[in-house]
Amino acid sequence: MIWQGWLLVFILLSSFLPGIIIFALPEEKYRLRTSLNLFGAGIKLVFILIMNIGIYYGYNYEIRLPLIQGVELLLNADPLSALFATLSSVLWLLTTIYAVGYLEDSPNRSHFFGYFSLCVTVTIAIALAGNLVTFLLFYEMLTLATYPLIIHRGTPQALRAGRNYLIYTLGGGAVFLFAVVWLQTITGPAYFSAAGFSPLLVETHRTALVSIFILLLMGVGVKAALVPLHGWLPQAMVAPAPVSALLHAVAVVKAGAFGIVRIVLDVYGIDNMSRLNLFPLLTVASSVTIIWGSIRALQQDNLKRLLAFSTVSQVSYIALGMSLADQPLAVIGGLVHLVHQGLMKITLFFCAGNLAETLGIHRISEMKGVARRMPLTMAAFSIGALGMIGIPPTVGFVSKWYMGLGALAMDNWWVLAILAGSSLLNACYFLPILTSAWFAKQERPWPEERRFNRFETRLMLLVPPVITAIIVIVAGAVANAQISPLAWVRFILREYGL
Amino acid sequence: MSFDSPTWIVCPIILPLIAGLLCFLFRKNTFFIALFASLANLLSVAILLWQFLLLGPMRYSMGGWQAPLGISLRMHGPTILMLLMTAVSGLGITLYARGYFSFRIAAPKRVGRHERQERFFWPLWLLLMTALNALFLSADIFNLYVTLELVTVSAAALAALSGKPASQIAAFRYLLVSLLGSLSYLLGVVFVYKTYGVLDLQMLRQVASPGPGLQAALALMTLGLLLKTALFPLHFWLPPAHANALAPVSAILSGLVVKGSFYILFVLWFDIFASSISQNALNLMGVLGTGAIIWGSVQAIRQQRLKLLVAYSTISQLGYLFIAFPLALRGDGGQGAWAAVAFMVLAHAFAKSAMFMAAGTIFLHMGHDRIKDLTGVRKCLPLTSFAYAIAGVNLMGLPPSGGFIAKWLLLSSSLTSSQWWWSVVIMTGSLLASIYVFRVVSRLFVIPAGKSICACRPHSPLLEWPALVLAMIALLLGLIAPYPLLILETDTLVSCLLLGGGL
Repeated sequence: MIWQGWLLVFILLSSFLPGIIIFALPEEKYRLRTSLNLFGAGIKLVFILIMNIGIYYGYNYEIRLPLIQGVELLLNADPLSALFATLSSVLWLLTTIYAVGYLEDSPNRSHFFGYFSLCVTVTIAIALAGNLVTFLLFYEMLTLATYPLIIHRGTPQALRAGRNYLIYTLGGGAVFLFAVVWLQTITGPAYFSAAGFSPLLVETHRTALVSIFILLLMGVGVKAALVPLHGWLPQAMVAPAPVSALLHAVAVVKAGAFGIVRIVLDVYGIDNMSRLNLFPLLTVASSVTIIWGSIRALQQDNLKRLLAFSTVSQVSYIALGMSLADQPLAVIGGLVHLVHQGLMKITLFFCAGNLAETLGIHRISEMKGVARRMPLTMAAFSIGALGMIGIPPTVGFVSKWYMGLGALAMDNWWVLAILAGSSLLNACYFLPILTSAWFAKQERPWPEERRFNRFETRLMLLVPPVITAIIVIVAGAVANAQISPLAWVRFILREYGL
Repeated sequence: MSFDSPTWIVCPIILPLIAGLLCFLFRKNTFFIALFASLANLLSVAILLWQFLLLGPMRYSMGGWQAPLGISLRMHGPTILMLLMTAVSGLGITLYARGYFSFRIAAPKRVGRHERQERFFWPLWLLLMTALNALFLSADIFNLYVTLELVTVSAAALAALSGKPASQIAAFRYLLVSLLGSLSYLLGVVFVYKTYGVLDLQMLRQVASPGPGLQAALALMTLGLLLKTALFPLHFWLPPAHANALAPVSAILSGLVVKGSFYILFVLWFDIFASSISQNALNLMGVLGTGAIIWGSVQAIRQQRLKLLVAYSTISQLGYLFIAFPLALRGDGGQGAWAAVAFMVLAHAFAKSAMFMAAGTIFLHMGHDRIKDLTGVRKCLPLTSFAYAIAGVNLMGLPPSGGFIAKWLLLSSSLTSSQWWWSVVIMTGSLLASIYVFRVVSRLFVIPAGKSICACRPHSPLLEWPALVLAMIALLLGLIAPYPLLILETDTLVSCLLLGGGL
């Protein structure tokens, strides 16, 4: 039926139209802007829920617009799109609430929220893209939509961060475009379907296909912050906290990781990947990133910078899971980490933003005893951090458990060592923060304290991290329930026959 | 006159011409005459498009005199696209020029001079529109010369309009270079006429055979046209002429005028004399195009003034048109390269007009166009800043712009015909383009804390909206890609049938 395809368009419009209207709104229309934002986010969530139910019952959502020969815009919702779309839209709702609280009284909010809405529109479009060209289109648009957010503060550091972001992402985008065109001349238009391209091509075009894979990986690796393409991410932490949350958990880094998943599972297909012997390459790339990100995180004193390096490391778990795709358990771990990492990292960034906004704390050395002043924030932070380390019953444990089981089943001790080592490193940089926050005594006054009556900070800043922290625990504790990220990932893998 | 009458084909020539003459006669309300002419031109092109889609390509002999004696006009796919391009950006430029001149006249200083500029602008612009339309419709190489000369004269006069010494020198140089180019072209025409005794394009296609006479003629014509199209290294005249002109004039020169000579060149190489072109010549064009892309971008990156930056980016963007040459005649990439050129020309026309308009608006408000002092312009000129940024997206070739479709087609023909080195050039060009685009955009969009940087004067919406709309057209051109392609392919389909029919 035709309306099924249009549902996807409505999903995109539900944040695009509010975004455009917000651009045109004058700065002082605070209430109208906030209600528009929340209305858009709410409607989007409802639409996505409807879509998810439809997908579960086997409906096919698809809408296409042919452009030129071999280039066609195709939106197509499969279970994997639904996973990413649901994650982004849920976290977007929370981030919007948070951003409204965070940016109270700061200038140029109408532009900020305008781009914010565009970003989410584009991210959801990336999730719904049904072929590589559509993915590429929205992937490039994401660069353009996030850039103004990164330079939003207009300080020299922000400008420098923005410039580096552009150099990395536009360079990556160019490589990606080249690879997509090249792939298309060999295999024809690349649709996202479980089969991948014809195995006959593997024999005739082996070198070309391997090179294309490397180029594609470079293209999406920039946003997924694979080492050595991660340089922009730690710098981009100068942006306001909601933007960091958006970059790290909702949109950009996730889009890169999602791209890797699409390329491995859909464009190439697991069979072709092993025929071309590409899995070891991905394993090495992601392992190096995991370890390097953790080591760099150890050396940081700036809290947001530490979190940025931790993202570099954590996102590569997704790629690592994909690289063990011979083993369904590892794929489950990798895919579910797409959601889990987002939940945990957004909690951490919300909390870091709260510390900065309420007490002016930016450095870890300033955090001594902060838990007494802001118990709820630090409780949420602790849950996020413990999740990153992989302590049960948080969601982080679930991802690592499945990946570990996968590695064990493959007798891949080497990967297991990487997993254990990185958990150890995570503990090394998160536990000292937690102990000093909870158990150390406050030494000097907070850098810039602002008081809010009743709560430890503004209510709109406090609610989102508490909610995500609760989800981190609940989704981990009931991972085996009928409705949970894990259950949905199992549902996805049924598509791929794993 | 009924809608399917063949006489409509003369309207895009006659209407602006009459309007231009009326502008000379009436001193008052010239804008409304020009607006009416632009609208009527758009309408008649729309009718032509409708006829074309129904009936296919057509020829029209003026006054009923047949080819060797009379003047004939022809209409095929590329013509229609070019006419559409001229009509749409022409309308935008007309509206913008109105906003531009009224803003300047409203300023307290030098009112008389600004009024005089406006008075001369309208007839010259309408004459240029006439000449361009006539050029795209001409069916023989001598009429092409005549229309080319008309374009040159009116464009040079427009370029000199600002009256500043720098612009007069630049316009004079532009005039001389253009005349030199026209002469070289004319000499080529003479060679052709001497060798074959015909001037009509269709007849030439049938009689043309490779030989030294044709080679020499083609070389002369090409040289002249390249000089006018400002292909590297013959581009030296373009940046000062385009950057020193008034903003609506810059938009006309960069968006439309260079496309006229390029159109002739393309028709000669790929339609009329296609059989006599050697691969080496095509490769040479590709190499020159590469030079243009790299040199133009590097120069654009180095400029300190906004309008010069935009002018150099024109040089670089024109380079892409020539990259299509070596790709067009090889393998199955041929069709793709044709389409790529069409998209590039259209997208660049809209985007570059929009960009020059935006740059002009910024200049008017800030009183200067030094790039380093443009921080925070978005605060008072949001629409203009968006127009600039969107036009920039086009130049970078990011999706879904028309520029993206063009680059996609070029990339895919270069890879299918195993000439991967051109794709390296294309990618490098896009990256360089993003540097010079973001150099400006990142400044426009940063709002420094506290102080306001530009004194905003009230202005009519005509100063901002035309640029934004043209930029949006360029951006969305990618999404309506099937339609330009349909127009192009209708033509080839019909001509294939004709050729198959034993012509």
